[in-house]
Amino acid sequence: MTAASAKRSGLGALAPAAVGFASLVAFFVAVEILIRYGVLNRFIVPPPSEIIGSFYRIITEEHVFNRFLLTAGECLVAGVMLTVFGVIGGILMHRFKLLQQACETWVAALASAPFVLMYPLFLVIFGRNAWTIIMMGFVSALPPVILKTIEGLSGTRKVLVNVGKSFNLSTTQQFWKILFPAALPTIFVGIRLGLIFALINIVGTEFLINFGGLGQLIEDLAERYDLAGTYAAICFVILVSVLFFIALEKAERWLRPAG
Amino acid sequence: MAETGRLTGAGSPAPLVNPVTLLRVAIILGVLAVWELLAHSGWLYRDVVPSLVAIGRALLGLLSSADYYFNLGVTAGEIGVALAIGGLSGVAIGLLLGANRFLSKAYEPYLYYLGPTPKIIFFPVMIMWFGVGVESKIALGALSCFFPVVLSVAAGMRAIDKVLIRVGKSFRADPWQMAMKIYLPAMRHPVINGVRLGLGFALIGTLLAETKLSNKGIGFLIIQAYSIFDMPRMYAMLIVLFVLAIGANALVGRLGGLDNIKRT
Repeated sequence: MTAASAKRSGLGALAPAAVGFASLVAFFVAVEILIRYGVLNRFIVPPPSEIIGSFYRIITEEHVFNRFLLTAGECLVAGVMLTVFGVIGGILMHRFKLLQQACETWVAALASAPFVLMYPLFLVIFGRNAWTIIMMGFVSALPPVILKTIEGLSGTRKVLVNVGKSFNLSTTQQFWKILFPAALPTIFVGIRLGLIFALINIVGTEFLINFGGLGQLIEDLAERYDLAGTYAAICFVILVSVLFFIALEKAERWLRPAG
Repeated sequence: MAETGRLTGAGSPAPLVNPVTLLRVAIILGVLAVWELLAHSGWLYRDVVPSLVAIGRALLGLLSSADYYFNLGVTAGEIGVALAIGGLSGVAIGLLLGANRFLSKAYEPYLYYLGPTPKIIFFPVMIMWFGVGVESKIALGALSCFFPVVLSVAAGMRAIDKVLIRVGKSFRADPWQMAMKIYLPAMRHPVINGVRLGLGFALIGTLLAETKLSNKGIGFLIIQAYSIFDMPRMYAMLIVLFVLAIGANALVGRLGGLDNIKRT
């Protein structure tokens, strides 16, 4: 391959991304024009230029950084809890096969259960405070962590287990030296899924109960009928979510070769 | 081998009760006993953990109430329409993205990253666009449902055996025939899986929207029970809802599984 053709193929690879981005920009420009000409009602859809303008306002006036820290803190607590309880739960179920046979299908069924609808119940139990939000994130994100931990431990290659046995390792040594390191990449996939579920439920609950960080900001601005601000806050939450998922993906890729 | 198995089987008769079943029963009884103990202990605020009898009574009352079935019908209708709109548009766009590598690279990253964002934050926008009636709930349900379906269908389309596509082309099938005779039958499994995920998301989106702002539907009944602190009724509704949601999910999954068996 010549240098010129390599350069051409590099540019070719960038073309779809450029088209995707250009279409997005074209869409916003079209919306702006339609609003300015009165085709779209500006009291329903604010002009994109106003939304961009209100970013600075929500960052400075609505203390968006503090709200972000609050949501991130809730995610962190939920994340630590679901890692500890989820991984321990998975290990116990893998260790005691009878328990696994009895409960794994229940956990799998719970993974598809709409836990977020229990928020009124959690409000009664924990009150209208951060614990309701954290517990909503924790409970809804627990099943994937348990299931992936079991999958990782059960999927350890037989040859690795046999190596451990040939060295006469005790059960504890077998677990810490063989099973757990081999299962770690799959466990991390579970934790990544769990953190995504936790973030979704935490922001959702903040919005629903009008308490806490970024979710409450959207609810607050919508109640004030600050349209441009509401759209800007939604864009901000999407941006934070996307950055969070990208960071988790990168962390997972970084961990995978080590496994 | 078969002979040995039969002899071993005869030597150790199967236990009367399966230990797994026994453990399951023990866990259920244990949870119920702890619940009842908590209900009568006075350690929590009164009625936060109501007695099982009260929940059972509320469950019976709920299942024999015409009002409940009316609201269940409203919610089921909203979810059905949301699934139809979000699912069909998801399948159509998924087919388009799966068939065209360029379009997939251009637009799929946006869908991939927008997919897991919490959709309930779009509810204020949906209210502004569609009003406070059932339309905004349907819209939120459709939006929630769209992303898992489109991503699953696009991925399923790319995984189709190239031989099948060549067979279709060698018969000079037009795009519609290709979609109906080759693509969709070959990717039943990812489509059903996408619909299964989409159903779950549509259910959550619609019900959350109902809890936030509505005057009918199961979400409305749940938030009404919360606001008048009728805890047994709230527990009863959540139990029925969980059973229905898990049941619907299992049903769609079973359909997907059956299709897979028939194909192989």
